[in-house]
Order: sequence, then structure tokens, then C-alpha cells
Amino acid sequence: MAMTMTEKILAHAAGLEEVHPGQLIMANLDMVLGNDITSPVAIKEFPGFGKEHVFDKDKVALVPDHFTPNKDIKAAEQCACVRAFAKKEDITNYFEVGRVGIEHALLPEMGLVTAGDTVIGADSHTCTYGALGAFSTGVGSTDMAAGMAIGKAWFKVPQSIRFRLSGKFKKHVSGKDLILSIIGMIGVDGALYRSMEFSGEGVHNLSMDDRFTIANMAIEAGAKNGIFPVDDITLKYLKEHGAREPKVFVSDEDAEYEKTIDIDLSTIVPTVSYPHLPENPHSAKEGRNIKIDQVVIGSCTNGRLSDLQAAARILKGRRIADDVRCIVIPATQRIWLEAMHEGLFDIFVSAGCVVSTPTCGPCLGGYMGILSEGERCVSTTNRNFVGRMGHVKSEVYLASPETAAASAVTGYITDPEEVGYEG
Amino acid sequence: MKAEGRVFRYGDNVDTDVIIPARYLNTSDKKELASHCMEDIDSGFVKSVQRGDIIVAGKNFGCGSSREHAPIAIKESGVSCVIATTFARIFFRNSINIGLPILECPEASQEIQKGDKVSVDFSTGEIFDETTGKKYKAEPFPPFMQNLIAAGGLVPYIKENY
Repeated sequence: MAMTMTEKILAHAAGLEEVHPGQLIMANLDMVLGNDITSPVAIKEFPGFGKEHVFDKDKVALVPDHFTPNKDIKAAEQCACVRAFAKKEDITNYFEVGRVGIEHALLPEMGLVTAGDTVIGADSHTCTYGALGAFSTGVGSTDMAAGMAIGKAWFKVPQSIRFRLSGKFKKHVSGKDLILSIIGMIGVDGALYRSMEFSGEGVHNLSMDDRFTIANMAIEAGAKNGIFPVDDITLKYLKEHGAREPKVFVSDEDAEYEKTIDIDLSTIVPTVSYPHLPENPHSAKEGRNIKIDQVVIGSCTNGRLSDLQAAARILKGRRIADDVRCIVIPATQRIWLEAMHEGLFDIFVSAGCVVSTPTCGPCLGGYMGILSEGERCVSTTNRNFVGRMGHVKSEVYLASPETAAASAVTGYITDPEEVGYEG
Repeated sequence: MKAEGRVFRYGDNVDTDVIIPARYLNTSDKKELASHCMEDIDSGFVKSVQRGDIIVAGKNFGCGSSREHAPIAIKESGVSCVIATTFARIFFRNSINIGLPILECPEASQEIQKGDKVSVDFSTGEIFDETTGKKYKAEPFPPFMQNLIAAGGLVPYIKENY
């Protein structure tokens, strides 16, 4: 039977010759992930499974990234709970403040996920690792606890939607603009329970960071996973980051897709998703009348080095608009160091931005950039739900790092082309 | 197993950020989570919800974050059942795993109104709107999930079987 790469990975993980959409399977897991919000719930439930220890201390990752450095006493207590469990179970991949980064930037950077892996994480953006050709999906704390206990999770094999990409992005356009456009096209439940498979020759024109951004937001279309084929760019990344030997699965040519959507990358423009759903895209050009109060550049979606470089290209030699606060958050310590060595912090701070330690903080309205009533933020994060970044009457506009940086300069939603840069 | 209660009604794409805002996720205490349930979409919910009440909503209920705190907050607030056109997939898993009854029934989701008195029979999937006298039938769960529900959720299911 012809299979998609997601079906092949799931068949492999379940020890089966083949699987078909709708089939319920028990899959073996290569990595089980949790953060400081979701892990405490899982840790409380863990004794209920009657297992003495986690199934494999090397295959659990505990990443306290949401409210760290501890934002308040309760957050500190949640982190202490995770830390104590990590110590007790001798978890290999526990990351303390100073070494921790935003989980979905950190795990690939540390080489902890490789092509062909099956991964669950108690964080909805766990779908990010599909960029590496892995099956990776978000679950809740109870699934995480079960994964830690027995190294398995149940899945219903998803149907697949194929996004066949061709061409190349124009200047000022990135993976974020593409995924916001796709979510606008199919809606926030357009891929509900489905796999979003990106294919076509256009894939080879996407950097690894673009692929992470795109796979990261598959959940915003309701998808179970987003997945990219493994090519030379993937293999180079995996090698450079010391990942385990890749298991390369390729979709059969006659594999079944629920539908195929063809997209020419050269037709994508700088895109901004308006409140209060990621499915409301507008071209950045239309935003001139929308004055903003804050810009956030960071998160598991767009806090990687190339994102910071893109923002810096726009901000170089410029100043943030007087009425705007701009918060830059490198996603990991390694990215932070590289950005510093490249001189990006000089550019950001000279422009009037503040540079933060890695944290998810403002993306989910935790801390480090909360909005007051009526305030508007252009953000490179992934959700613009009601109250997501603060007051229930505040607004979040989702955009790429270039669009966010250009908007910070002008004080309103701005197409980066309007501001521009040399080169 | 049966449930009976008054209906709180919401629209499409109710996300987990409005079910339980992240500013309250510095705790996993069930009662505290329940005390902020639905706060950003319906500030009157916590004050007026009574044990047994039912949430009826449109499509993609529970979209967004994987936070299990969302179904936990709903269950702990006393809600006996959520009926929706469709559920977001992580919310669906989480609800089954923790034993919050959920039912997919597009017709009931469209027609049942706020304040209606509704009863649900989980063994048959039958939904009865006592206010209008109308009956609906929800999609049955596949056998695997029925076993999971019958076992009392994922923790006892795994303990028994693995």
C-alpha cells in the first residue's frame, strides 16, 4: 500500500508493516517533552501509572521555559517541582536557567530530535520538529505522563493534506508570511486532525529556520502535525547539531492525500494576521492606519538567529518610534551568544529595543511585555486570541520579524519594503 | 452515566486561552483554575455555574494551547459535559484522558440555546433538550476510546494494560 511519510513513520513507531488513515495505533516514542506549565500536572499524575521510574531517562526532556527566570512565587514552585523530579529520575535532558531556551528552538539545536523520530510534547507547538522530517505532535499532561511511564502514546493515524510548493520567496518574505497565508486560506480548523505535508521543489528554497516556523504553526490550522521531506538542508542541519542517525522516510508518489494545494512562493507577500484568530491575514501594506504600542520579536515561532538577523537588517541605524516599546527575545542561549557576537545587540539597543533572556514570557501573556487595555502589539509569536498577551481588550497582530521590525520603526503596521534596507 | 443541567452557550473556535488564561497557569491547583474558568469570554460564568451544567459550543472548541488546565478547569467548575460541533484535537485527547465527558453533535450545537435544560445519556449518546422537547444523537466514540472512558481515563487504562 502506498503511504505518506507521516504514515510510514507511524507504522515504523508502531512496529507495523503499514497503517492507514483512521487506524488507532500504539506508537513507541523517541522523545517525551514537557515544560514548566505542563510538566507539574504530569509529574503529579506519574505515580498513578504504577511505574517506579521513567521509561528511559535519555528520552524525556524537561524544559522550564515559559515562566522562567521564575516570574513569581507560584512559578518558582512549579519550576522547583520539575527540578526535583528531574533530579530524582536523573533526567538527562533537563535544562536549568542559564542553559535553557525555548523548548522548540532548544531541542533541534541540541540535536535531540532526528528525522523519522516519533515525538510527543505537552506543548501544542511540539509540531515544530516536523521540519526535521519527524512525526511530532502536541499532547496534554496526562499523555506526557503516560509517555514518561511506558514510552508509548496512542494515535489515530491522520489523513494528510499536501501543500505543494514551487518557486522562491521575494525579498522581505519569509516562512511566517507563508504559514499565515495558508492558515488564512484553510482556516483555524482547516487541517483539524490532519497532517499538513509540505512538498514540491519549492521546499528546497526554504531555510531550516523557515521550515521550523511553518511546521510550528501547523497547530494553528488545527493539524496533528506538519511535516517536511528530508533533503540536503535537513541532513546538514542534523549533522551540524549532532543529532542521532536520521531515519529518512519518503512519501510514495501514489500516496493518498485528502487534497493538494499548490502554492507558488513568489506570490506570497508580507502578511499580518489580525485579532483575534490566526486565520485573519491581511497584507502588511494595508496596515497604515493601525497604530501600535509594542513589538515582540522572539518565541518558538520566530526567535531563531535568522529571525533576529532579519529584524536587525531593518533596524540597523534606525530608531524605534517614540510611542513604541520593542522587546527582542533570542530563543536560546546559543542564539543569544551568536546574536551578541554578530553585533545584533548593538543594533537592537541603539535602536531603542530591550533584549531579554530566553523565555516564552509575553507570547502567552505570562510576563516580560504584558499589554494594557486597548494596547496593540505586532508580534512574531503564534497566537492572537482574546487576552493572549494581556488585557482582554488588548490586540495582537501576528507578523514576520521583518514586518515586526519595520512596524516598530514607523509606529504602525508596515510592509518592510516601505522601510527597506541595503543589500 | 447521565448528566443534566442548564446550558452555557458559546460560539466557534473557543480557545484554551479564554477557557483558562495563561496568567493563571502558575498553578495546577484544580480549584484555583476553576475559579478563573471562561473568565475572558464570560466573566459571569464562575458565579453562575452549578454542578451538572452543560457547555454547548460551535466548531473547534478548545483550540490553541495543549494546557490540560483547560478541561481540568471546566470539569472542576462542575460542568458535566461539553457538546460541540467539533473539538480541537489536543482538547479532545485531554478531555478523554481526564474523564471530562465531551460529545460531538453539530445539530445540537446549533439548536440548543443558552439557559435550556438539557439531559445527556452517555451510554446511548442521546441528548434531550427538555426546554424544547427535541432529541439529538451524538457521534459514538470508537471502541478504543469507549474502553478508555470506561476504564476511568488514561491513567487507570495504562495501569491495567501496560
